[in-house]
Parts: sequence; C-alpha cells; structure tokens
Amino acid sequence: MAMTGVLRPGHAQVRVLDLEESVRFYRDVLGLVETGRDAQGRVYFKCWDERDHHSYVIRESDRAGIDFLGFRVLDKANLDRLEAGLKAYGIATERIPAGEMLETGERVRFTLPSGHAIELYAEKTKVGNGIPLINPAPWSLQREHGIGPVRLDHALLYGPNVAEVQKIFTEVLGFYLVERVLTPDGNANAAIWLSCGQKVHDIAFAEYPEPGKLHHCSFLMESWEQVLRAGDIMSMNTVPVDIGPTRHGVTRGCTIYAWDPSGNRFETFFGGHLPYPDYETMTWTFDNFGQGLDYPQRKLHETFLTVVS
Amino acid sequence: MQHTVTIEDTGERYACAGEESLLAAMARLGRRGIPVGCRGGGCGVCKVEILSGEFGSRAMSRDHVDDADRAAGRLLACRVYPASDMSLKVVGKLQKSVCGAVRPVSSVTPPVTR
Repeated sequence: MAMTGVLRPGHAQVRVLDLEESVRFYRDVLGLVETGRDAQGRVYFKCWDERDHHSYVIRESDRAGIDFLGFRVLDKANLDRLEAGLKAYGIATERIPAGEMLETGERVRFTLPSGHAIELYAEKTKVGNGIPLINPAPWSLQREHGIGPVRLDHALLYGPNVAEVQKIFTEVLGFYLVERVLTPDGNANAAIWLSCGQKVHDIAFAEYPEPGKLHHCSFLMESWEQVLRAGDIMSMNTVPVDIGPTRHGVTRGCTIYAWDPSGNRFETFFGGHLPYPDYETMTWTFDNFGQGLDYPQRKLHETFLTVVS
Repeated sequence: MQHTVTIEDTGERYACAGEESLLAAMARLGRRGIPVGCRGGGCGVCKVEILSGEFGSRAMSRDHVDDADRAAGRLLACRVYPASDMSLKVVGKLQKSVCGAVRPVSSVTPPVTR
C-alpha cells in the first residue's frame, strides 16, 4: 500500500530512576544497540534492524513514565501538511529545532487530550543496521545480543478522552481504527488500536482517569520462538514479568509483558494480522476483554488495568 | 540476616533478608499481602506505611512518593530493604483489594464468558 503521511512510531523517550542500571538493562538484557549520549545526559538506543539513529531514548528522572512518542513522516512537505492539519483542527503545535535530539531534524510537538506529548518529524540520520545495502546478509551479529528485538513496534498509552484522541489520529493524522474494546455499557470505547500502515497497530490507547500514563512500549520479535527465548532471558536476569508468554485475542499478537528496572512496562511482541485501511474495525465487548488480552487463559489480568507508569 | 515483617492489615508475618526488598521476600514466600506491580519503584501499587523498624531504600517515583510521604514513612515496598524487624500497613491504590472490603478492580473485571 502507498504510505505517504505518517510512516511509523520512530522514537519514544522514557524516564528512568537510575540511568546506568537502565542502560545495562536496555543494552545487555533487552539487547538494544546504544547509539549515543547527549549533553542532557540522555542515552540513545536502536533495535538491531532499525536503520535510523535511534528509536528509544532514556533519561534519568525522579519519576518513571514517558516524555513523548515521536512518529516518522515521509518528508518535510508532509510534516508541514500534518502540522497545518493539526492547527486547523484546533490543536496547538510547537517546533523543536533540529539537533535538540541527536541526529534528528525539526520536530512538531503537540499534546493529546489524553495528556500525552506526541511528535512528528521527517528527518533522522540513517546509520544502517550493520548490514550492507548491496548483497545484504539476513542478519548481523548485533542481533545475537540479549533479547534482540527487530524494531520499536508500537506503544499503548493510558489517559482520559480516548474518543477525542481517536478523532485526531483518524481525521488529522491518517490512521484507521483496527480493533477496539467497548466500555461495559457498550456506548464508548475503553481501548483502541490504530494503524497508519499495514501493521496491526502503530499506537493504542486505553481510557484511564490519570493523564499521560505509559502502559508499555513494544518491541518486535521475529518469531514466537524468539518471544519464548525472550522469556528465558528475562528469567535468567530476574526481570519482573507481568503477563505471558501468551497470545492476545486483540491483534492476534504473541506477547510477554515485563517491566524495566524503573517500572516502565515493555512488551516483546510477534505476529498479528495484517489489516488494510478499507477493512472493517473488529470490536470486542467488555465481557470478552479477558480473551482480548490473553486468549488461551481468557483472563483479564488485574495488572493490565491498574499498573502504569 | 533475616528480619520479620508484619503486615498489620492482615496480621501476616514473613521473613525478609536485608538484601531483599519487603515486596520480593513476600512474593518469594508465596504470600499475598502487599499488591505486586512493576517491582521497580514506578507504578506505586505496593505503597506501604512503615509503622516501626529500621530500613534502607532505593529510588522510587515521585509520582507516588513525595516529600510528605517520605517523612511519614509511606514508601514503595519494592524499594525498601529491612535492617530490623518491621511492621507496616498497606496504603497503595490497591489497598482495598488486600483488606478485602471493596474490590474496585474486580468490580470492573467481567466474568469469563464463552
């Protein structure tokens, strides 16, 4: 399909309570590639198969959670077009100068009614995945380190006003609604899964009273076996696991949820169906949320609804 | 060195070594008292009020523990390490689920249907 606007979630900036402990976790256990540190003390990472300079940034803070999630757009013309669309819709935007984040061009930042800061950007230095573009091998040794996910896949964010958030993503940013879970009365959405391409989701939201909360950032694995291997590595390193390994009903993805050393949840994810923008939205009633979360166990784990950072 | 931790809400007691967090020791023993969440000081569900005892602590999120909390001994059990016998009560947002009076989470948890 032709993707001409928003392409993918391109970076998340997450707050950690102890920087070096977190660097060791993300680099040596999750197996991300460290690509830089800046004057603010932020540490930049990418997954081995990503080509842009970074996709996951951590900074030390006295509170956990997410600072912002950034989406890569096709080019500067689309950045201008999407910013104009946001303004016309009534959303205030600000431009963050090129270079504020390492190897990254100008970013357009705005705040959602859910309290989350979202960015759009068109330029980030391509550092490659360690494999030549001419006659490339299928993988490099960077993959064989820690859990070794392929890419930052999506994030699930918790906050209020999910109906308004859905309108902004579908009416302004070109996303479409792939799946949803209804509220108990069936009159609204408790959670939504949105795609800007043919991934089963690029971002998801769940209704929650506190604004700006992070449920998880998700990292893509290449197979179900790789998800199980991730679970082995988590246990070898006494990483606290929340749910899984199991398969979601929603998205059909295979999953483990676990927490980083500061209590930010992350996911190792594989699979999911491949929607198109013309497909009808799939709907889960609230009484089937348990199957949506954990299809084999049919269980709505309490922590899924209550534990966020 | 092993210390004894008493959860005043339930009267439950368990052993906790000085290098183990109050939460990790409870979970390791298979007890159910303090709610278990992220275990990294970030989510706040394991908040307890320390009533007595000596302890050390590690960094925890200010979203859940501010200066007044710290002064009053209201801390996250996953980041507290005992240096003597301790007693505490559960005050986190899942406190009611420990004490069993009201279960706010379960009240929205649907029955499993087929």
